[in-house]
Amino acid sequence: MRVSFIVNGASETADDVWEGESLLYVLRERMGLPGSKNACEQGECGSCTVYLDGTPVCACLVAAGQAEGRQVRTVEGLAEGDRLAPIQEAFVEAGAVQCGFCTPGLLVQAHDLIERRPDPSDAEIREALAGNLCRCTGYEKILDAVRLAARRKAAI
Amino acid sequence: MEFLQPATWEEALDAKAEHPGAVPIQGGTDVMVELNFDMRRPAVLLDLGRVTELTGWDPAGDRLRVGAGVPYATVIDALGDRLPGLAQAARTVGSPQIRNRGTVGGNLGAASPAGDSHPPLLAGDAVIEVESRRGIRMIAATDFYRGVKRSALEPDELIRAFWMAPAAGPQYFSKIGTRNAMVIAVCSFAIALYPEERRVGTGIGSAAPTPLRATAAEEFLARELDWDAPLDEAVAREFGALVAAAAAPIDDVRGTAGYRRHALSVMARRTLTWAWRDHLGGTGRSGRGAA
Ligand SMILES: Cc1cc2nc3c(=O)[nH]c(=O)nc-3n(C[C@H](O)[C@H](O)[C@H](O)COP(=O)(O)OP(=O)(O)OC[C@H]3O[C@@H](n4cnc5c(N)ncnc54)[C@H](O)[C@@H]3O)c2cc1C
Ligand code: FES
Ligand code: FES
Repeated sequence: MRVSFIVNGASETADDVWEGESLLYVLRERMGLPGSKNACEQGECGSCTVYLDGTPVCACLVAAGQAEGRQVRTVEGLAEGDRLAPIQEAFVEAGAVQCGFCTPGLLVQAHDLIERRPDPSDAEIREALAGNLCRCTGYEKILDAVRLAARRKAAI
Repeated sequence: MEFLQPATWEEALDAKAEHPGAVPIQGGTDVMVELNFDMRRPAVLLDLGRVTELTGWDPAGDRLRVGAGVPYATVIDALGDRLPGLAQAARTVGSPQIRNRGTVGGNLGAASPAGDSHPPLLAGDAVIEVESRRGIRMIAATDFYRGVKRSALEPDELIRAFWMAPAAGPQYFSKIGTRNAMVIAVCSFAIALYPEERRVGTGIGSAAPTPLRATAAEEFLARELDWDAPLDEAVAREFGALVAAAAAPIDDVRGTAGYRRHALSVMARRTLTWAWRDHLGGTGRSGRGAA
């Protein structure tokens, strides 16, 4: 079937989509957006997290057809042109990226957190990121990055 | 495979009547896992995501009628004051991403004995509204669960809503898992106090082929509780023992039957103690998160 939706502000269409295919597969394999990562395909790791109509979801658990006509925002759509989003800058500066596999999902999820909660407590950060697994960093630097981005956002 | 996307509830009922084998999909947090892992290849996928009737809720007499497609995040944010037991359970489901998509209707559709909605629905006297072209059926939660991942739903029926009264008294949910996030319950327990009626509702999860009420334990409390006095510890302990006795747990990868029975008796005693503290404190509302 054919599926069309808005991705990072631009209208995109994919043809010959299998009816049971996930939004993640369509983004990565048909729309050339490999930022969202495919690791578990069962909602456990969060590395495929994207915004669907403004709400963070696991793209691996959304059927492509369910996204028809909707707004999708992926990690590729967080930066404004060449300017990284504050959360992306903070990840780089805090050393929160090692292999980088978990990073796109964490960025989208953390981006949503600091949009909704300008000054999150540590407990709120942990709660918000509970569905995103990282095998490398031990999470401490990720927490540092989120705190840094939140502080900067509050200062603007 | 066919992908059907009805725009209204009426269209959805037509589609299900025409394709009784169609697999409904709402949040997809159960269905997509099965598709991704080749565990299921339905001929027809019926996306209910456009059916706006399913994502709302309204007062219906003295109860709330909550659409099957309301996600956990909304249960927590918008309904948590009126359905605190269910909201506590919803807070323990998966991760934020899962709670943004997963729904109570999907939990009912899957009918897993470990589903976290079920104990608070049982304790809260919930009724499930299902519909097909043949008509509407109102099924008490106690009659809805029929076996491991089997429910009273007929092939041509869809779940429209669940009906539940706003909390008449304190409600609590407790769940045992290996960590705080992303765990399927080893076992779980929900309690709801009805101070006016001088009775207590219960729900047990993940400790029998179906979620179930601990009826003998409820009857015991209706008989023994002195609603104006501090909780008698012996009564609380006996309540725990009766809840454990109501379960029919098995040994599996998540825990042994013996462990489950023991954990249930502890959760029953504790949740009753918390609820009683609120009851005597007169707040009538529970504020505490799940254990
Ligand atoms: C990572 C992860 C963690 C999870 N953690 C938990 C947890 O902690 N606790 C828990 O209880 N569950 C958990 N789940 C399971 C799942 O999220 C829940 O069962 C959820 O409630 C399913 O809702 P859904 O809308 O996503 O259902 P879907 O996947 O859309 O559907 C589930 C089932 O219900 C049927 N169905 C859906 N809507 C209807 C309808 N209106 N009428 C008839 N049938 C219908 C479907 O055909 C399917 O069989 C988890 C899942 C994942 C992937
Ligand atoms: S790939 Fe989607 S959650 Fe892991
Ligand atoms: S940086 Fe490697 S998984 Fe997180």
